[in-house]
Amino acid sequence: MKPKTLQSLSRWLGILSILLAIPLWYLVVQISGLPKFILPSPVDVWTRFLKALQDGSLLYHAGITLVEILLGLVAGVSFATIVGYAVAKSRPLEIALSPYLVASQAIPIVAIAPLLVIWLGDGILSKLVICALIVFFPVLVNTVVGVRAVPPALYDLMRSLRATRWQILFKLELPASLPVLLGGLRIGATLSVIGAIVGELVDAEQGLGFLLQLGDFQYDTSMVFVAVFMLIALALSLYGVVTLLEKKFLKWQK
Amino acid sequence: MTIKPILSVKNLSVTFPDNNGGLDALGELSFEIRPREFICFLGPSGSGKTTLLRALAGLVQPSTGSVNFMYHHHEPKIGMVFQQSNLMPWRTVMENIQLSMELDGAGEVKAQNKAREMVKLMGLKGFENSFPRDLSGGMAQRVAIARALIHDPDLLLLDEPFASLDALTRERMWTELSNIWQEKKKTVVMVTHSINESLFLADRVMVLTKRPGRIKMDVEVDLPRPRPDDIRYTSHFGKLAKKLRAAIE
Ligand SMILES: Nc1ncnc2c1ncn2[C@@H]1O[C@H](COP(=O)(O)OP(=O)(O)OP(=O)(O)O)[C@@H](O)[C@H]1O
Ligand SMILES: [Mg+2]
Repeated sequence: MKPKTLQSLSRWLGILSILLAIPLWYLVVQISGLPKFILPSPVDVWTRFLKALQDGSLLYHAGITLVEILLGLVAGVSFATIVGYAVAKSRPLEIALSPYLVASQAIPIVAIAPLLVIWLGDGILSKLVICALIVFFPVLVNTVVGVRAVPPALYDLMRSLRATRWQILFKLELPASLPVLLGGLRIGATLSVIGAIVGELVDAEQGLGFLLQLGDFQYDTSMVFVAVFMLIALALSLYGVVTLLEKKFLKWQK
Repeated sequence: MTIKPILSVKNLSVTFPDNNGGLDALGELSFEIRPREFICFLGPSGSGKTTLLRALAGLVQPSTGSVNFMYHHHEPKIGMVFQQSNLMPWRTVMENIQLSMELDGAGEVKAQNKAREMVKLMGLKGFENSFPRDLSGGMAQRVAIARALIHDPDLLLLDEPFASLDALTRERMWTELSNIWQEKKKTVVMVTHSINESLFLADRVMVLTKRPGRIKMDVEVDLPRPRPDDIRYTSHFGKLAKKLRAAIE
């Protein structure tokens, strides 16, 4: 079989397995007879989804969460890339910063999320910061790895052509480390969704985490499901965007 | 007749730091290069040939001595071909060739026209938009040569540029390089392992000793130009080759 057909076949198989899960879920609900507030059926969830869509609440809260995720991601990635570049280039800086970096990695974000909410309020800002923090470390590590992996011989080439610092940055270091940088972004994108939700679950007046908790308090379990699926959709879309970026910028890799 | 040199190397030595007192790659060598001269360096592996080229290109600092260019107005432009082709894998053939013009801030149209010229000269037609991963070793090396030539460098530094080519292509490249050199009148310093190659191309061949490299022999190649393929069967060629072979440890 040609690899192309194999690829599309495996994609269809994936979709098929998801489609099969829905009747299975329906069956489990029917057979077990569990009440709706414990395990709603797919039909319940779908109906709740349409309702939340119509009254605008779903898109509103999803929009808030998306804004938190994107701003947090941009802040975390920018900061991590700049610090990562500096660390990769300067051994003393690496030594000076590494205790903080290791410590920041050892503190579970869930444990300091309440603190951040106390300090920064229950609005978007605290969630954005939590997102940025959770994204920071993996992106930083990837930046350091990526910049250190630039072939020394290519530095020689650039220097033999008397390239400036900026030319070396933009025409060598950036493109050479782009595959690893995008790998970091991929991890960061997934983590930032978690960051936003952790923040919202601590305390929030809006966002999908708020919606989720509201559903929980009101025994509106269908709403909880809708929120969870919406989160999955957000995470997958972000993942998809990174994949598109890789397709566009890494054509040269196979 | 004495022509003023454009490059003079005095007591150059390069020592790399290591765990026991430093590794001497080059030991105190001195020579001068006249404008438009084609120089070949021969020498056993590890004798510091690559290090010498890197020192000429300003990529390693001399531990003692100096490398001086006799230019009054500008820093010499350098074109360097490395032992491995050293292309940027994310750039196409055209983009790789254009690199130095891009760094010099030349306009895109100008750079592209120049690059197309080089593509033709190096026999790379049809591969303009290929990425390095799709090139054979020999083609990649030709791209590297094109890249080194495109910005009309004052000094061309070649580190075993043809080592990865098959015998036929290599000999074709000798002719090409010889033509380019005669046409553009560049100063060329080339490192090679091949005595034949050095005798086909060079005005002067210098042989380095084992590490730390010093100049063991400095031979003028007084063969007439152009040098046809069968020049290797002449007795003078044979005599020079024998002399060089004896000098290489
Ligand atoms: N950056 C470096 N750091 C430490 N040692 C080095 C470095 N570059 C070269 N050397 C050492 O210097 C010596 C000379 O190396 P060089 O590459 O100049 O030799 P070469 O004549 O080009 O050899 P070859 O013919 O195999 O290419 C070698 O022993 C090498 O290990
Ligand atoms: Mg070498």
